[in-house]
Order: sequence, then structure tokens, then C-alpha cells
Amino acid sequence: MTTAAPPIPQPAPSAVRRLTSWLHRHDRVRLLLLISLPVGGLIIVYFGSLLILFVNAFWTKDPFTSLIVRELTLDNFVKIATTDVYRVVTLRTVGMAALVTVTCALIAFPIAYYLARIASPRKRGVLVVAVLMPLWASYLIKAYSWRIILSEDGVLNSLLEPLGLSGPGLTGEAPVWITFVYLWLPYMILPIYAGLERIPGSLLEASSDLGGHAWTTFRRVILPLAFPAVVAGSIFTFSLTLGDYIVPNTVSNVQFIGNVIQVNQAQNLPLAAAYSLVPLAIMLLYLLVARRLGAFEAL
Amino acid sequence: MSILEEGHRTMKIGRIATIAATAALVVAACSSGSTPEPSAGPTPIASLGATEGQKINVLAWPGYVEDGSYDPDVDWVTPFETETGCDVTVQTFGTSDEAYSLFTTNPEQFDVISASGDASLRLVRAGYVQPVNVDLVPNYADIFPALKDQPYNTVDGVHYGIPHGRGSNLLMRRTDQVSPAPDSWSVMFEADSPYKGKVSIYDAPVYIADAAVYLMATKPDLNIKNPYALDDTQFQAAVDLLKQQKPLVGQYWTDYLKQMDAFRAGDVSLGTTWQVITNLLQAEDTPVPVDVVKPKEGATGWSDTWMINSKTKNVDCAYAFVNHLVSPETNAAIAEWFGEAPGNSKSCALTADPNHCDIFHANDDAFWQDVWYWQTPETTCVDGRTDATCKGFDDWINAWTEIKG
Repeated sequence: MTTAAPPIPQPAPSAVRRLTSWLHRHDRVRLLLLISLPVGGLIIVYFGSLLILFVNAFWTKDPFTSLIVRELTLDNFVKIATTDVYRVVTLRTVGMAALVTVTCALIAFPIAYYLARIASPRKRGVLVVAVLMPLWASYLIKAYSWRIILSEDGVLNSLLEPLGLSGPGLTGEAPVWITFVYLWLPYMILPIYAGLERIPGSLLEASSDLGGHAWTTFRRVILPLAFPAVVAGSIFTFSLTLGDYIVPNTVSNVQFIGNVIQVNQAQNLPLAAAYSLVPLAIMLLYLLVARRLGAFEAL
Repeated sequence: MSILEEGHRTMKIGRIATIAATAALVVAACSSGSTPEPSAGPTPIASLGATEGQKINVLAWPGYVEDGSYDPDVDWVTPFETETGCDVTVQTFGTSDEAYSLFTTNPEQFDVISASGDASLRLVRAGYVQPVNVDLVPNYADIFPALKDQPYNTVDGVHYGIPHGRGSNLLMRRTDQVSPAPDSWSVMFEADSPYKGKVSIYDAPVYIADAAVYLMATKPDLNIKNPYALDDTQFQAAVDLLKQQKPLVGQYWTDYLKQMDAFRAGDVSLGTTWQVITNLLQAEDTPVPVDVVKPKEGATGWSDTWMINSKTKNVDCAYAFVNHLVSPETNAAIAEWFGEAPGNSKSCALTADPNHCDIFHANDDAFWQDVWYWQTPETTCVDGRTDATCKGFDDWINAWTEIKG
């Protein structure tokens, strides 16, 4: 005999159960809630501070009380555009960033190539640690060490003295260039190493099968494939040099964009904010170009 | 809608929402002001209370407030803390502009500040410091009259601080690299100086006054009466002189330790300096061969004032500490450690070196005739001229950036 079993009464759904089922049905809202906290926090903190910086650029400083006058004006931008010194400093900084990038690329490429294609796995491990080790030391210690090395009675001068030469000393752009190249070299070596490692060995064999000598293979196979990685590394060297103010302060007496901003941050905050937008714009342009060259896939 | 498009739309909604929230945050931040209004009709406090348990944060020039952390034997803070129950923390700065910036970004952090004349008026005008009741500072009575009621510490008859001491900026040289001993700033300014790239100058816009002091002696037809009151022609002459000096400059210093490094290593042979830097170099384990002189053209200098934050919650300790710093014994100790003329006339009898006050001309008003205390230049000429407008501090700041290139 069959009897229809009475339906099992469903428990009345609790508030939490109702909420979870609703979220289950509306997965867009679920996604929004999940990411809102971390992404929102990042956006509020990061973009919020950039926004405040941006707004400050349109304010001015009262010359009498030295307090900030919160009225929108373009005065700061006019001053930056018309006064020579800001152009000179910007060009000097961009030039140094480019020089440091090229120098780092030239030095890093052979090292990365050796690491990626020639070194045995054991040597590679040791060398990668060696490349990374300077990053464990504090940035300030490295900058001050170079100050000591380049100083009048420093190691560099005593090494060059028997040859009748002398080091660049602590003035001008040369000590800044040397220090920046030293500081950012690991950031250039690693992306290039990663990029070179990705090149399949079969391509190189194919190239030599087709009659390419070592130099031709390098020029027409390896270099184009590794170029995005070089551009990826250059993002670090270029942007880090563009904004730095501690190294010019420590090893030299020239002014870079960062130094002008740092000095004005104390004395004329709106002007410093306005001038900060200049390296920001330069980096945005640089990143757009870098993306076009494929750097973001190589990172 | 595909999942990808859905995700993009959600991201976009999220992004717009957070940007809107941020904008609201910024608008809220803009409308609420945390900077104080300049006080109208200032009146100082009338009486003091107990000091037990209060904590004060002091912003001071290096060497002014020693608590044993540089040299355990040099400490005039711990005895004060034991006696009053106050807790004192010190922070030092390199230039008046740095001090002013520290104050404006943290208006309530520092209770007491040692302000030179080029910061004191800015602090008063912006309302950051409170008027001081000198009757509540017993040691004020013994301060040298020449330091009282000066334009940088008294505004419209209201005292804004207690005078500390005064000193002159000096010309320091490496005795083994510079001879003969210079007696004029010309070795640091003239294009034919043999010390190209070996000169160390103070990295602050107020250094333009040093150029003006040199011009007062070398170009009298410019008619500069006060190096902080420069009209267009005079200012341009000072700026041109500094641009002419540029090839000589090896170091721009704000951190006194960096100047010490440079002199010790021989990176620079000449520079503008404070006596304390020379004293410290000469007192090192391997003394550095340096010597100082006040050149014949005169020099800029400083006369500092202890000021109290207008918003301090520890005003009793603040007053007690300021009184302690200008007391005969402590003022003598600071004056000897730093190398300046003390502010308290009774300190001269208490210095370890009985000739200290003579060396630093504490009683010698004639010496200070050609020392121009740091002052903030204003568009209303500070030398009293009404027929010309002078360059304000903003112009000095802009010019300094241009001079450094």
C-alpha cells in the first residue's frame, strides 16, 4: 500500500538564509561586496590622496600669514610654465632618468643573459642571490655609502690617485648617475632575466639552422624577444630616478624635480603640489608607451 | 550580458561609487579648516597651575635642548624633569623653514619652539603661537635689555616669547687648505676665488641676506640699509651675486652633521657656519683643523625666542621649561655648548670659561651693530622705508630655487 508521504515542512528561512539566497541569485552584487573593501580602500587611500594633491595644486599661499588660501587659481601652473628653472630642472631629471635607464640596460643585459642562458643551475642560484642582496640593505645606507666612497678622502679617489686621476667628487650630475645606476641595477636585471629565460631554445637552434651567426641571432631573434622585458625593467629605473630626491641631496648639490618639490613642500605647498603633477604626467605617458611596447606582459 | 561584461560593469559601478565617496571626503576636508585664525586681541594667560604629569614636545635648534642623548654629560633636561614632574621630548630641525613646515603640518604636536627671527613672525601671523605673560617667567627680568621688545618677538607691544640668546653666522675654514686666513666674505663670493667647488653655504632662502650684507660693504651705492629690506634693484643685485657664487659652491647644507662630514673629509674648505659646528669638529677624537672668523663686512645672525603653541594643553610645563632654559645656569650651559652669547645677563658669571661672554660679545653692543638677525622679509620694507616696496619672503623662496638652478 502506498500513501503519499506528507511533504516535509521546510523550516522558515532565517534572515541570514534569506540574505545568502538572495546574494546567490544576484552574483553581481555578491562580487561588488567582496571586492568593495580592498579595492575601495585602495582607491580611497591612493586616488583620494592624489585627488587632494590635485586640488592643492590649484590653491595658493598667502604671502603674509603663510597659510593656504583655498581659492581655485591657475597661478602655480603659470609660474611653472613661465619660470626657466622649472623647465631646466625637469629636463635635467628626465635626462638623468633616461641616462640611468640606458646605462642600467647596458650593464644588466649581459648579466641577465649569463644568468638565463649560460650559467649552470647552481651558479645561477648563487648569482641570483648575489644580485638580490643589495636590495636587503637599506636604501639610505647605500646612498650614504656612495657618499663616503665618492668623497674627497674616499676610496675612489685613493684608487685613482696613482693613475693621476680623480673621481667626480660630490658635485654635479656624475655622482648622482653612478649612485642611481648602482641602486636600480637589480630592478633591471630581474625582468630581463625573466624575459630571456622565456625564449625557447628551439628558436635559437632554428636561427642557426637557417644560417644565422651568433651576432645575427642575437640581433634578430633574442633582442626583439627580450625588448619588452627591457622596457619593463626600464619602468622601474625611469620612474624611481624621476621622483628621487634623497640621492641628489646625499651625493651631490644639484636640484632634481624631487628636491624642488621637497623644498617647496615646506615653503609653498600648493606650488609643490602643482609641480608634482609634472612627473606624474611624464610617467603616465611613459607607461602608455611601455604598454604599447608590451612591457606589461613581460613583468 | 557575458560574465566578462558583467564583471566590468560591476567594477565600473564600484569604481564610480568609491570615487564619489572620495570626492565627498575631499569636500568635507576642504570645508573644515584645522589651521588657526590669527588671534584678535591677544591676551596671555594670567596664572599657572601644577606641572606634575604633563608631557611637552619641544622643537628646538640642535644643541639647545640636550637631554644626554648626544653626550651623557651634557644634560639640562633630566634635572628639570625630576624637579617638576614634566616629561620632555625634543625634536631638532635644520632650518627655520623646516621648523615652520613641521609646525604647520602638525599644529598641535609641539608645545614649545625655539624660533629664530625668520620664523617667529610667521608663527605669530598665522596664529600658531600664543602671547606670553612675562610676569609668569621670573628669569625674564634678567634677560639682556638689547634682546627685549624686538620686532621679531614683540608685536604691537604684545610679547610672543622669551628671548634666548644670540649668535652670528661665521666663516669657517680648513686651516690646512685655506691660507692666508680670510677676514672677508670675498673668498666665498668673488669669481676669482681660488676655492672653486670648495665652498659650503647654508641652503635656505634667508641666505640671500648674506649676499646683501656683502653688498652693503662692497656696493654702497645700492644703498642697502637692512639686508632683509631689499627693493627690486637691491634684490636683483643680491641674486646676481649668488649666481656668480654658484661655481664656487660645493655643498648646500641644512643638516649640520652633513657640513661636519664635508669639512672632515675635505670636500669643502670654506663655509658659512655656526660656532657649535666648529666646536664639535675641534672636539673630535681626531680634531679637524678648522677655524672661524666674523668677516669685516659683518654677517647675518640669529636671535632666538622661545615660543609657546597657542593650542598647547600643557601650558604649565611649557612655561616652566622656558623659564628653566633661560635661567642663569641653564642658559650658561646652552650658550657654552652651542657657542653663542647667552640671553640671561647673570649667565656670564656662571660659564665654565670665564671669558665666554667676552668671546661671544654678550655685553658688547657694538659687536652686534653689523650682525643682522634672521628676519622674515616682508613687502612693507622692514627698514621702515615707505617710498618703496620690498621683496616678500615668497620672492626670496622663488629666487632661491632659481639660484640653485
